Amino acid sequence: MSSEKLLEIKNLTVHFESFDATVHAVENLNLSLRHGETLGLVGETGAGKTTTVKSVMRILPEPPAKIVSGEILFDGQDLLKLPIKEMRKIRGKQISMIFQDPMTSLNPVMTVAEQIAEVIRLHEKCSKKEAHKKACDMLELVGIRPERGSDYPHQFSGGMKQRVVIAMALACNPRFLIADEPTTALDVTIQAQVLELMKKLKAQYQTAMVMITHDLGIVAEICDYVAIMYAGEIVEYGTREHIFNHTGHPYTKGLFACIPDIFTEQNELVPINGLTPDPTDLPVGCRFHPRCPYATEQCAKEHPANFEIEPGHYVACHLARSGGNDNV
Amino acid sequence: MSAIAKQSKAAGKKRSKSQETWRRFKKNTRAVVGLGIVAVLVLCAVLAPILAPYGPNEQNPRNRLQGPSAEHWFGTDELGRDILSRIIYGARISMSVGLIAICISLIGGVALGAIAGYYGGTADNIIMRCMDVLLSIPTILLNISIVAALGSGLQNVMIAIGVSSIPGYCRIVRASILSLRDQDFVEASRAAGASDFFLITRHILPNCMAPLIVQATLRIGAAILSCASMSFLGLGIVPPTAEWGSMLSTGRDFLRDAPHVCIFPGLAIMAAVFSMNLVGDGLRDALDPKLKD
Repeated sequence: MSSEKLLEIKNLTVHFESFDATVHAVENLNLSLRHGETLGLVGETGAGKTTTVKSVMRILPEPPAKIVSGEILFDGQDLLKLPIKEMRKIRGKQISMIFQDPMTSLNPVMTVAEQIAEVIRLHEKCSKKEAHKKACDMLELVGIRPERGSDYPHQFSGGMKQRVVIAMALACNPRFLIADEPTTALDVTIQAQVLELMKKLKAQYQTAMVMITHDLGIVAEICDYVAIMYAGEIVEYGTREHIFNHTGHPYTKGLFACIPDIFTEQNELVPINGLTPDPTDLPVGCRFHPRCPYATEQCAKEHPANFEIEPGHYVACHLARSGGNDNV
Repeated sequence: MSAIAKQSKAAGKKRSKSQETWRRFKKNTRAVVGLGIVAVLVLCAVLAPILAPYGPNEQNPRNRLQGPSAEHWFGTDELGRDILSRIIYGARISMSVGLIAICISLIGGVALGAIAGYYGGTADNIIMRCMDVLLSIPTILLNISIVAALGSGLQNVMIAIGVSSIPGYCRIVRASILSLRDQDFVEASRAAGASDFFLITRHILPNCMAPLIVQATLRIGAAILSCASMSFLGLGIVPPTAEWGSMLSTGRDFLRDAPHVCIFPGLAIMAAVFSMNLVGDGLRDALDPKLKD
């Protein structure tokens, strides 16, 4: 693995502006990813995961969305400053995206091979026939018989549609793949198949990937690094081992407490009390403090900075800084 | 046997999209009947001089207002002209007015509606308010004013009729696009590097074909009739020229004594509208992959 950074997000802030309120969807977010690595982006609904990756693709609806500040460096160039024409060349070719719901992310009036071929023809100079041939190869790669390329999306099952979507995303061998909850709409057995397929293809093509999910099981299976998001911020970042074995942030601990453990006897799971804060009216200080069982006075006043509790493992919590995190 | 079945199935899979559409269209009996009538009408228009038993303007005052007979199948009109021949010649003008006017309004309406629906905001506001203005003027008045501005003549009548029915298409397309614009597959294609134009033409418009086809085929009849009323007002086709609508309106004066002067051109218009409609319905079903087989 090369140590060069493929993607670097610096101080990204995204707001959604409406008549009477501003939604602070993403606030001061920093992330980086090297070639071939997989990052899991974990958080509750509304934490800003999808907004973050959509701003990388620059497909946020503007307005109401507005990228207030920040840089998104891909291979050293700032995507936010690129003219739209250049950006189109990057979308699909260098960076591509798998959407959450395979039922709606395919065009109902085009055959699946046409849709895959279309992506190829957008980026590569080749004849219709060659593109079609390549589309069929892609289908075969994701385990669908190439003859089925001339079928329409409604003739496929959900799991197969997601495979088609994956084939579309990988059609131009992108260097960076964004998977926005690729398995959420699928049932568990199909989930396992799709994950297995993605793992295999990732290894084959050395694609870097950001995997958005709220399922820590998927993170454990596929991700090298993990970033936990809460209310538009990354509250904890580290390798998979860091997050799972030396959990630092109270919110992450809360997430783990919500997973049943089959080795100990448990009567009830411990939920995190309360709801995610209203993004138009975020709490002062640490955003998690109203729900945090360990909150102190300082938490309500001061916004915690990132603190490196061990090399490569960052936690945004006052308690971590004061070294008190072992006790919590 | 199974090998043969397999082979034919494999051959079936290789059919191109247009062949596939045709195959499904053929299954629909009504649509094929409609297509047959359209073909007959088009043939009449093209081969009028060969098919028509008399000239369209051949007068025979002694035979005026005669009912259908072996000599004059559809009878004669107030100047003794053969109605069948006039209908055959009239197909040229009526069919072309219908089709060209619809094409003008389709192109204008789809383009404006697509821009309004896709971009929204200011563009939407400007376009739709203009459409509202057009809609608020009675169609006939609008047609008259456009023809008055451009000068009379067949070409300008087509333009007038086309322009005055733009708002209907515009609204249909805009409404469909509003619901399609935020679909995941559109976003997915944008994420794959597609441009706005590509998204609209390849992904959005094919998904709103159904209401458009129905509207277009229904409006052909309305266009023929508008052309007739324009002729009646003296702004469209000049009297001796055979045209279904103007035949209908001159025949009105003799409705009590010689109803056939009106009935046959009326039937011709009905046949045109009806057949276009059948073809439109068939086409809509054949193009919808979800109704496949």
